[in-house]
Amino acid sequence: MSLSATTAPPSPAAPPSPDVPHRRRRGYLLNRLDLKYSPYLYIAPFFLIFGAFGLYPMVRTAWMSLHDWDMIGDHSFIGFDNYTRLLSDEYFWNALRNTIGIFALSTIPQLLLALFLANLLNRTFLRAKTFFRMAIFVPNVVSVAAVAIVFGMLFQREFGLFNWLLSLVGVEAVDWDGHRWSSWTAIASMVNWRWTGYNTLILLAGMQAIPKDLYEAAAIDGASQWRQFWQITLPMLKPTFIFVVILSTIGGMQLFTEPLLFGNGNIIGGNQREFQTLAMYMYEMGIVNLNTAGYGAAVAWAIFMIIVVVSLINFLLVRRSAK
Amino acid sequence: MISGSQRLWRTSPLTYVALVLAALLSIYPFYYMIVIGTRSLDSINDVPPPLTPAGAFGDNFGRVLDNDAANFLKGMMNSIIVSSVVTLSVVLTGSLAGFAFAKLKFRGRNVLLLSIIVTMMIPTQMGLIPLWGMMQDLKWYDTLYAVTVPFLVSAFGVFMMRQYASQAISDELIEAGRVDGASTFRIYWSIVLPALRPAAGVLGLLTFMETWNSFLWPYAILSPENPTLQVSLSFLSYAYYTDYSQVFAATAVGTIPLVLVFLLFGRQIIGGIMEGAVKS
Repeated sequence: MSLSATTAPPSPAAPPSPDVPHRRRRGYLLNRLDLKYSPYLYIAPFFLIFGAFGLYPMVRTAWMSLHDWDMIGDHSFIGFDNYTRLLSDEYFWNALRNTIGIFALSTIPQLLLALFLANLLNRTFLRAKTFFRMAIFVPNVVSVAAVAIVFGMLFQREFGLFNWLLSLVGVEAVDWDGHRWSSWTAIASMVNWRWTGYNTLILLAGMQAIPKDLYEAAAIDGASQWRQFWQITLPMLKPTFIFVVILSTIGGMQLFTEPLLFGNGNIIGGNQREFQTLAMYMYEMGIVNLNTAGYGAAVAWAIFMIIVVVSLINFLLVRRSAK
Repeated sequence: MISGSQRLWRTSPLTYVALVLAALLSIYPFYYMIVIGTRSLDSINDVPPPLTPAGAFGDNFGRVLDNDAANFLKGMMNSIIVSSVVTLSVVLTGSLAGFAFAKLKFRGRNVLLLSIIVTMMIPTQMGLIPLWGMMQDLKWYDTLYAVTVPFLVSAFGVFMMRQYASQAISDELIEAGRVDGASTFRIYWSIVLPALRPAAGVLGLLTFMETWNSFLWPYAILSPENPTLQVSLSFLSYAYYTDYSQVFAATAVGTIPLVLVFLLFGRQIIGGIMEGAVKS
């Protein structure tokens, strides 16, 4: 670094005058090196650590998935056998079904609600804007584990708040973790609670980026607020909406903590695997059962492919519907 | 002039009703955590369910501290250490790389930046299984290295700092530094880093929250004897799921620090999230 060349005290033994041009040349050289190569030094920490602990494991996941791999024993190359086995694995399809079910129950109501709330928060003369934004966002600050613990009790059979509320309208106590649909609802409600506020803020940011004069022109033409929302806000919000949908897809397909804690740590998610998600199945195959790590790696790649496909479908749907 | 109340009602009262309702629903589960955490165990089975806090928090939290199965205090200390180290590192490495990408010219800059953006889209669970094996080989299983080192850098951090640096720092400022004979690192340290402070603060807060709350990886690689806070909470809830007041007291203690941080810096955090959304 040239810092040392410019700030180092002159060595007392050196004769003063002939040293000056020499030091200048050395400073110039260091300066050239600094300009040309120091940028690589600054980005190196990121690429070194990401390469070792981010990229390399991912490539290795692909490699492992082509093997019969025991994490603490041997492994042998088997080509695409893990993937063909996946296609006829009833537990895998079960986990996929649960994941998509919970994803639909969480994403659709959540994004509709977020759209509604963002539209309210976007009103020009709204009071206490900061308060409302913070209040709506605060669930996102609470950890997933804490959310799952609190909701686990709200959905408790004997003395949970939800069954008490249901009893007020004469509905019998629901065994929330005993059935497919009820456990999906409970888990989706945790996701909804934690993420609605976040998505509201993202959509609000998108709405505020829409030029105000579009609305003014529409108002002069006599368009109602409702009409303005459909004709201006929604179409202009399309890119933000696609962003939010893809983000929700990436999160939703990797759902793990909520169903795990809802089932008290049972990795198969309920007695009959009623709410085991794909991520839980990957964990069961790759980490709980170390001798099937290769198969677990194949599940990981399957999750990745599903994320890509679901994102693409969502992308096309949103693009078409907003036309 | 429009008077205060007239201005207030230019937004329909229904808007406020809906927003207040949404705010209550957002805050209620958090409030409920405090209600149950401060109640004695026998009042929890009451019908109707208890709706107000009581005075048994000390007693409940005492049971948490006496509990050998969860190692709550150790988990808390571990979480403070890991979150602080990761936050500091993500902000420093992010600002260094962000500065280089925004303001320095070098070969391969655009390709490398693009590769960082692409990695932001990759699901984090993809490498979980091999990473677990690597930790065994490194003898890092059940150590804090395992939950710290892989997270010392963040693609999002680099990208966020790059975006902020390219609009907040003028090229003239950097040229002026060069003319004065400052080295690139000197320019980073004395000119760029101070100018990046607002974005660095938001990145730090977001990183701290994310690390504090992360679950899957610490759960996979740490034992109940040496947990992070979230892992400790999960074991507490498995083992004592009938003792809700104990579990909720611990959950409240683990959540309150972040809520306090949010109350202090919420405006900046929300600003950072909303700005990030518009740019991407």
